[in-house]
Amino acid sequence: MESSKVIHALYNDDEVLLDAVKAVKEEHHHIEEVFCPFPVHGLDKAMGIAPTRLAITAFMYGITGLSIAIWMTNYMMIQDWPQDIGGKPSFSWIENMPAFVPILFELTVFFAAHLMVITFYMRSRIWPFKEAENPDPRTTDDHFLMEIPVKESAVEELTTLLTKTGAVEINVVDKH
Amino acid sequence: MYQFSSKLKIASLILIVVGALGIGYGFLSAPSSLEEAKEMMAHQASHGDSHDTANHDNKDNHEQKHANKEVHGHDANSTDKHAEHVYHQLKNRPWSAFYVALFFFLGISLLVLAFYAAQRVAQSGWSVVLFRVMEAITANLVPTSIIMVLVILSASVFHWNHMFSWMAEGTFDPTSDNYDAIVDGKSWWINIPGWTIRGIVYLLLWNAYRWFIRKNSIAEDTANDGYKTYKKNYNASVIFLVVFMLTETMMSWDWIMGLDPHWFSTLFGWYVLASLLVSALTVIAFVTIYLRSKGALPGVNDSHIHDLAKFMFGFSVFWTYLWFAQFMLIWYANIPEETTYFAARFNEYKLPFLSMLVMNFVFPILLLINSDFKSIPWFVIIGGLVILGGHYIDIYVMVMPGTVGGQGAFGLPELGGLLFFLGIFIYTVFSAFEKASPVPKGNPFLEESEHFHYYNIEHRGEGSEDHH
Repeated sequence: MESSKVIHALYNDDEVLLDAVKAVKEEHHHIEEVFCPFPVHGLDKAMGIAPTRLAITAFMYGITGLSIAIWMTNYMMIQDWPQDIGGKPSFSWIENMPAFVPILFELTVFFAAHLMVITFYMRSRIWPFKEAENPDPRTTDDHFLMEIPVKESAVEELTTLLTKTGAVEINVVDKH
Repeated sequence: MYQFSSKLKIASLILIVVGALGIGYGFLSAPSSLEEAKEMMAHQASHGDSHDTANHDNKDNHEQKHANKEVHGHDANSTDKHAEHVYHQLKNRPWSAFYVALFFFLGISLLVLAFYAAQRVAQSGWSVVLFRVMEAITANLVPTSIIMVLVILSASVFHWNHMFSWMAEGTFDPTSDNYDAIVDGKSWWINIPGWTIRGIVYLLLWNAYRWFIRKNSIAEDTANDGYKTYKKNYNASVIFLVVFMLTETMMSWDWIMGLDPHWFSTLFGWYVLASLLVSALTVIAFVTIYLRSKGALPGVNDSHIHDLAKFMFGFSVFWTYLWFAQFMLIWYANIPEETTYFAARFNEYKLPFLSMLVMNFVFPILLLINSDFKSIPWFVIIGGLVILGGHYIDIYVMVMPGTVGGQGAFGLPELGGLLFFLGIFIYTVFSAFEKASPVPKGNPFLEESEHFHYYNIEHRGEGSEDHH
């Protein structure tokens, strides 16, 4: 779509917003973005957003952490300098394994949690000093904003549709 | 209303009969005299000597069995002693096989009851449509309790079995050859009258709550009294949960830890609880999935199955946590009086001991970690079968080393016990389920429960339009 304008439709109720999203989708308009002050249950489904794969990455990070912990305990305690510490069997990794389990567990959780959070930041493009991409400050307080790219010729038609869905304010702005 | 089909009824009766035959075979094939036991040992020896060596390695287990031994003449050369030792273990086997299955089914019914009480106390919104399923499962508490009373009486009052080595004559008598000073020090707790009375009291308390809550839960349906009955049930459940935590802990000391009277562990009660709780949740899921497939549970959707599977997953991990907390502390400090417990299990029960970790932890965690899988009945059943098998083995490994030592096996007596109690379970549960409305109409959270929906589940074969 080579449109240069976007419509900003503001709502002041999440239920109204949800119905509006469904109505707009039904008319086969592409919704660029919806800004909400809080999570609205079912919004992602209504917009047709693909499910997140963050949990899958966390699982793989956890396996990474577990592997590193196994390698580390084995290298340090068994291979590099196998001392007799209080009679613990340091002949092979598996014989001394129960003593390593707390480390294995913690590193698994550590890697899964932290790398998943970092992944989330990267995928959502959030970092310190990042410039806010907020089209209207009211969306952080009590308003919901739906952004729809639109061609000059379709502005009229879309405005009518959005008014019908209960938008409290409709602005046509230049695409940023 | 659900109709307990005659097909299922006959199947349950067949299970009971076949199981009883297996149990009977177990008792008939146990040696009735020392000579017979020697013959059996000679027969065994031809299979290889592994049992013997394992037995001798394990000194404490040996020692413990001494308490088992009644006073026969003490000509005491070591082979005779050994033969006598094995004789008692072989005599214990049919009892232990029966006891493992009995405890497994009794414990599951009890923990379903406790979970049900917890759901009432938590005023949970999701599980109300499953209340009648849980109530029906607790019906199995009645027959298993009656059988348990018989086992308690036959062990203590009549001395028909010797699973509990401390019950042997002379254990508390300093002049006797059987005298055991360590056990004598605990005789203020483990003595026959106390043990018998406590056991019967636990069973009475549990059954009293079950009887009360079942009656009043049905009364709730038509009460229409401004939720007075509902509040009464709430209060009764609060009281029961307190009573349950106390009695469950003591029950695990009496009925399971008492099999190894020289050994003790502080978190044992929770460990037994975790094992039975995860099995109980699996059984709730199984019965729910079965009844839903028969169309008997109109309010139950995939989200309820998903929640049950989440509990199965979570409590599998919880069980593993407690298992490891108990094992690792003992392994790490390696104090002989504590370590013998695991030495006995690791030397003679290595395969079940290690395989149960795979079945109770590795398998469920990998299968049920995926959110989509948790709402697919087929996956839940596969995971559940492994969990139930794993926790049967868990109970088996708790009981057998203390009672039959190196003579443990899984054969007809064990299988018979399982089938027998499975038959009773099916019969009591489904005949209880058909006696009440499958929907607890009077519960204030019923509406919420019927519309329960976990956000990322697409219901298969159900309309999801009314949810968002």
